[in-house]
Amino acid sequence: MSDPMRIRAQAAGDKATVRVLMSHEMETGQRKDAAGKVIPAWYIQEVTASHNGKVVLTAQWGTSISKNPFLQFNIKGAKAGDKVSIAWVDNHGDRRSDEATVA
Amino acid sequence: MRHFTAHPATPSPAQRRVNRAPLPSRREMLRRSAAVAALLAGAGALPEVAQAAYAQAAFEAKSLADVIKALGVSAPVAHPGLLLTAPDIAENGAVVPVGCSTTLGGVKRLLIAVDKNPSTLCAAFELSDAVEASLNTRIKMAQSSNVYAIAILVDGKVLFAQKEVKVTLGGCGG
Repeated sequence: MSDPMRIRAQAAGDKATVRVLMSHEMETGQRKDAAGKVIPAWYIQEVTASHNGKVVLTAQWGTSISKNPFLQFNIKGAKAGDKVSIAWVDNHGDRRSDEATVA
Repeated sequence: MRHFTAHPATPSPAQRRVNRAPLPSRREMLRRSAAVAALLAGAGALPEVAQAAYAQAAFEAKSLADVIKALGVSAPVAHPGLLLTAPDIAENGAVVPVGCSTTLGGVKRLLIAVDKNPSTLCAAFELSDAVEASLNTRIKMAQSSNVYAIAILVDGKVLFAQKEVKVTLGGCGG
């Protein structure tokens, strides 16, 4: 339904830096359309990041996160070849999960 | 005489009458279980697990003080070891890059909040031991405001750092 997430995971020393760009409108519920009707809030509420299948980071987001959310974090002890997967759930109950390999 | 118990998969006639009602849609189930979880969490009956129920009340709070109250943590104390990076001036309030990091140990949660946003709490990150306490993301800012990074440690201490960010074009769509 949405475009795939762009995940880049780069190993450097004893950690890997993960950069994720998600594709999501992240409507705050504050905007009005041309007719003056409020555009309902539609935003990612939960994000889960896993390293080789183990959850390492979870996040809860509100409507203040920018459209097409960006997230960067570092996984300790990750090395080239490891799998990083990111999953999100939005306030409609829709979800998306993408995976990348640490370079 | 042997007592025969019904095969578990065979519903009794009474059960079949009840079963005829259609199952609630997945969306409705999610909504209901979220409501029950929120109710339980509000009553303090849910244990603190890695993926806690969505902190609706905290995200609806309209000031930093209300966010802290909704999260049920102690009042934050300024700490130089908690670093908040954000631009002095944000050209576009819809996309403001912020980062929070610390080398202090025992950080369980990192929060980002914008005082003057309609939804003050932007994000609440729950960290495992496998990640560094260092995050970057992009937030919306409705207007020039203080941005806060809040770190909650395993021992219950709450630290904060703040920075004033001026916004030339507000980003919440109002």
